[in-house]
Amino acid sequence: MTDFQQTALELAAEQQTPAWLAALRQQGASTWAAAAWPGRKTEHWKYISLAPLQQCEQLGWSSESDDVALDAVEQIELDAIRLVFVNGRFNAARSSALPAGVVRFADANTEQQALIQQHLGKVVDSERHMFAALSNAWAADGVLLHVARGHKLEKPVYIVNVSTAQANPVAASQRVLVVLEDNAEAELIEHYASDSVSQNGFVNSLTEVVVGNNAQVQHYRINLEQEDLLHVGGVHVNLQRDARFHGFTLAQGSRLKRIDYQVNMLGEGAHLELNGVYLPRNRQVIDYHTNVEHCVPHCTSNEVFRGIIGDSAKAVFNGRIHIHPQAQKTLAELSNKNLLTSRTAEINTKPELEIYADDVRCAHGATISQLDETSLYYLQSRGVTKADAITMLSFGFINELLNQVPEQAVQDYLRPRLVSLFGQPSEMVGQIGYE
Amino acid sequence: MMLNIKDLHAKVEEKDILKGLSIEVKPGEVHAIMGPNGSGKSTMGNVLSGRPGYEATAGSVTFKGHDLLEMETEERAREGLFLAFQYPVEIPGVSNMEFLKAAVDAKRKHQGLDEISSVDFLKLARETCKRVNLDASFLKRGVNEGFSGGEKKRNEIMQMMLLEPDLCILDETDSGLDIDALQVVADGVNAMRDGKRSFLVVTHYQRLLDYIVPDYVHVLAGGRIVKSGDKSLALELEAKGYGWLENEVV
Repeated sequence: MTDFQQTALELAAEQQTPAWLAALRQQGASTWAAAAWPGRKTEHWKYISLAPLQQCEQLGWSSESDDVALDAVEQIELDAIRLVFVNGRFNAARSSALPAGVVRFADANTEQQALIQQHLGKVVDSERHMFAALSNAWAADGVLLHVARGHKLEKPVYIVNVSTAQANPVAASQRVLVVLEDNAEAELIEHYASDSVSQNGFVNSLTEVVVGNNAQVQHYRINLEQEDLLHVGGVHVNLQRDARFHGFTLAQGSRLKRIDYQVNMLGEGAHLELNGVYLPRNRQVIDYHTNVEHCVPHCTSNEVFRGIIGDSAKAVFNGRIHIHPQAQKTLAELSNKNLLTSRTAEINTKPELEIYADDVRCAHGATISQLDETSLYYLQSRGVTKADAITMLSFGFINELLNQVPEQAVQDYLRPRLVSLFGQPSEMVGQIGYE
Repeated sequence: MMLNIKDLHAKVEEKDILKGLSIEVKPGEVHAIMGPNGSGKSTMGNVLSGRPGYEATAGSVTFKGHDLLEMETEERAREGLFLAFQYPVEIPGVSNMEFLKAAVDAKRKHQGLDEISSVDFLKLARETCKRVNLDASFLKRGVNEGFSGGEKKRNEIMQMMLLEPDLCILDETDSGLDIDALQVVADGVNAMRDGKRSFLVVTHYQRLLDYIVPDYVHVLAGGRIVKSGDKSLALELEAKGYGWLENEVV
């Protein structure tokens, strides 16, 4: 067991937690302790180093939910059921009154506790995802979103997780469980944000989503965090018959950010739509791994990820599609396009297809490029400066995906913040390809 | 003098294309440049607009008294040179509206004016759409994204109208256009002929010149002008082809 695994277990021992989560925590702790620490030869971690975690010393829990730092973080303007967490601590004053069906684990009634116990840690395979095992070991607070059969949640649920600089690096464990019964519908926005102060801190987040027959979820995971934060997260989804998961994810910031999407097609006619954007710059590292398990026939999945990697940043995209022998008539598409804006930026992209059924349609593509010279010239020939043209084209590259975001408030929040990322294009001018 | 090209030599990818091109264009004049495929017509437009990779190796180009070849691509545009592309570029993700406003604002900034307000610009852009018979919904779409050939060409003319350049170079704007679209393009150009603005109309076909009547017609072959005349030369070319001029190429 490595030092960090040990430290994490010690942190688990410091938590005060409800007795009904004890079994999950115990199981998580032993899986975590037994897990082999990923190295360069571990296939799903080979492109990034977890060394920053091992170097994250004096990690501790935050003692209180900090209002002051919270003011430094702008939230999405949205009429929503809002839950605000600061460094993993719930902030009641900044959160909404919660309707039935949305509850913190700490406040769950007996029935809800039973529901949580039934599903929590069951969608995710913690033997394969060691940080899910850690999340189980750290299970304490969290949010349950439960929509009964045939019901639709009137407003989106908006969970804001804010990290702020503290005297010592802070650990935060975020846990969400979504249970949609048959024909139910809900929208969930998870927003990971931080103040601008760079400091080592570690967020381990895990969302499990159970989507019943013909139920539908619209899910967002927005990660806009400061430079040095370490964040490992996962979204694990089970789709039953005709269930639909529409996801959008965006990542910027962090010395180490690893996000896994695992979607299990368990019922015929299930559909996944997942769009993602990653924008590492400076020395940031962002790693997306998606894995779609097509276990049954007639399911469709469509994933589109785009990244712009600048400065000395690094990105990884690994998109796995696994079509099981009985999953005939599967339609699976995966596209990953990357734009490198500096000589020292790095992208590792790998579509990974395993197809064991013969009557399927599966398309995938990955590209790595620089800005199109002809487009640049076209803009300049209309009087636009090279710097502005680079900004417009870079933003345009991801704007295609932003335009498809169904929640207008999310678009309105992201657009100016992302444009401003490209707002100092002079840094990019003179880099490779644009001389 | 609007444009004075003197003995211009240019190469593309190490290949000499223009070999001593000379043309003088005065304010208000319309010059048609015709010539066979590979004669250097498009290269001329690209060199004049400052496309990367198109390198002038000898000769001079003066635009409104300035040394054009010394200017950056965007400076040329702001000084009033406009090239309507033969193959307009599709840029998904950048809306046509955003693109047009950036172009107009770049020019206004150059003239010492404030940026145009979004409301005023929208009004102007909608009116201009109407002039080239494009639905205003094209403003919201990505630049030329999924536009038909004719729509792309009309979009070029719309940009020309918005930017009000002093010198317009139309690079085979008529190619691939049906007769209705050709009429729209020609009407747009003719409406902009105000006695001061000059045009270089590069075309393969005489047909366009029935609609946009030139003051001069030049034949470009082998990288230089081999014959000049008035509009009757275009008709002669239509009847006889270019073959009879090939002998004049050095």
